[in-house]
Amino acid sequence: MMRSAGARENLLLALLALPAMIVFAAFWLLPMARLVSVGASGPRGPAAYLAIVTDANYFASLVSTVTLSIGVTLATLVVAGIAGMFLQRNDFPGRAIVVSLLTFPLAFPGVVIGFMVIMLAGRQGLIGTVTDALFGSKLVFAYSIAGLFAGYLYFSIPRVILTVMAAVEKLDRALEEAARSLGATPWQVLRDVVLPGLRPALISAGAICFATSMGAFGTAFTLATNINVLPITIYTEFTNYANFSIAAALSLVLGVITWAALAVARTLAGSTVAAAA
Amino acid sequence: MTTSSTPHPPRIRSAPSPRSRGEGRDEGHSRRFYAQLAFTVLVCAFLVVPVVLSVLAGLSQNFFVGVKSGLTLRWVGQVWSLYSGTIFLSLALALECLAATLVLGVPIAYVLARRPGRMARLFEELLVLPVAVPGLATALALILLYGGWRGFRASSLFILVGHVVFTLPFMVRSVLAVMAAMDLVTLEEAAASLGAGFFKRFFGVIVPNARYGILAGALMVVTLSVGEFNITWMLHTPLTKTIPVGLADAYASLRLEIGSAYTIVFFVMIVPLLVAMQWLSRERAPALAGRK
Repeated sequence: MMRSAGARENLLLALLALPAMIVFAAFWLLPMARLVSVGASGPRGPAAYLAIVTDANYFASLVSTVTLSIGVTLATLVVAGIAGMFLQRNDFPGRAIVVSLLTFPLAFPGVVIGFMVIMLAGRQGLIGTVTDALFGSKLVFAYSIAGLFAGYLYFSIPRVILTVMAAVEKLDRALEEAARSLGATPWQVLRDVVLPGLRPALISAGAICFATSMGAFGTAFTLATNINVLPITIYTEFTNYANFSIAAALSLVLGVITWAALAVARTLAGSTVAAAA
Repeated sequence: MTTSSTPHPPRIRSAPSPRSRGEGRDEGHSRRFYAQLAFTVLVCAFLVVPVVLSVLAGLSQNFFVGVKSGLTLRWVGQVWSLYSGTIFLSLALALECLAATLVLGVPIAYVLARRPGRMARLFEELLVLPVAVPGLATALALILLYGGWRGFRASSLFILVGHVVFTLPFMVRSVLAVMAAMDLVTLEEAAASLGAGFFKRFFGVIVPNARYGILAGALMVVTLSVGEFNITWMLHTPLTKTIPVGLADAYASLRLEIGSAYTIVFFVMIVPLLVAMQWLSRERAPALAGRK
């Protein structure tokens, strides 16, 4: 009697899980399996998966994407670390508004972020207008790697600030006060007490920031389709040259890189990871 | 007041905390406080100024001349005549995606909450993969497998499946976070002892108790679907353009004012969703804090 009730419940749970499993298998797992096989089916064969390091062009693309993403990650951690710490520890008029404004860009797609950079540093942008008025020459950098850097910074900062704020809230302030009462300078308190306490959050936020920058397509697409970052390279191979096997292989390698970065983030923080930009 | 062109780490140590407010107020705000405030305001300006500029550009006659050229809804009108189709398609897709993730996601979250363990963890990991790999890979995979199936490839259903696999993990995790914190077994036993069958228990007890998780997941799904570009750009056809696809189009080929006006339309759609999300997270902050 008991066992049959248990068996019925298991059947019921299996039935409830089935629709999601079928949809996921049909529209993600199977397509991905196909992507893996297409990647190995080109003129290079399975060696296509190594093309990212053996082919000079793709390797250059990988290096510039990784360099850009690491640069963005480090800059974001410093900027968002300072702002997040400040916002969590201090109260001032308008603080709540500042915090809500910071969450607003989280929902922007990459294309809109690209447009924000054009507004700031494009041909008719604010920075160009101001430098033109001040120095008589327009500073326009939206359509270069500096523009990409600004765009990636734009979508990374809000995410990391929110993570830093949550982590600072959990810090034990008694430790800092103890260090201070023992004569530690502010710099020592930061280096030996605060930063170690924030380390898991910073590593996890940094990994998310890195993965998002590696895979970001919309921003690069809006700013410059001739900048050699990996998502653009993949897109060009697929659309302009119909080089399906290389596009498949490169996108899988890129997927493994971003997945690995996010896996690091999740083991360290156990949080939901979103790389939407 | 010093401006912080090169932010030096020691500044991170903050001015008086709320707890030591008493001592702090005596000496007033320190130089460090103002330096950090200036820095934070600068960061905020970096994020907000372009938004304000694009709103102004979309509403002014000629952005090059400035707002003094006069305000107008002309560009918004042009966006409407050129791109109203994308707005309706995006709304329809977002709602279809929401329906699909509710029907698929709430039951699977319930199963994962009832049978936690290694299998559940593994399935959850799998489900999150479409978020962990770039949208470009997911889109290429869908095209390579189903691209030859013309009717499917040309319909908006093709975009919908991309959105569903991408947003499903957000619904599942949001609902699962709340369900894992509920005592499902006790709740269900109580309902069963009163004679409620499974469907009555599911819709009468479980779903109402998980409503905040479902609502948070729903807002997330709609927001993500409306803004999704990386997958959608690859999957769209000239007849199935969503708002972000239209935006990319307008940015590339039309004058700045029209691109800006179109961006305003996007902001108008997305802001109520964001406000609702913030309100919800304040309302139920502890319940949605997530599983650890």
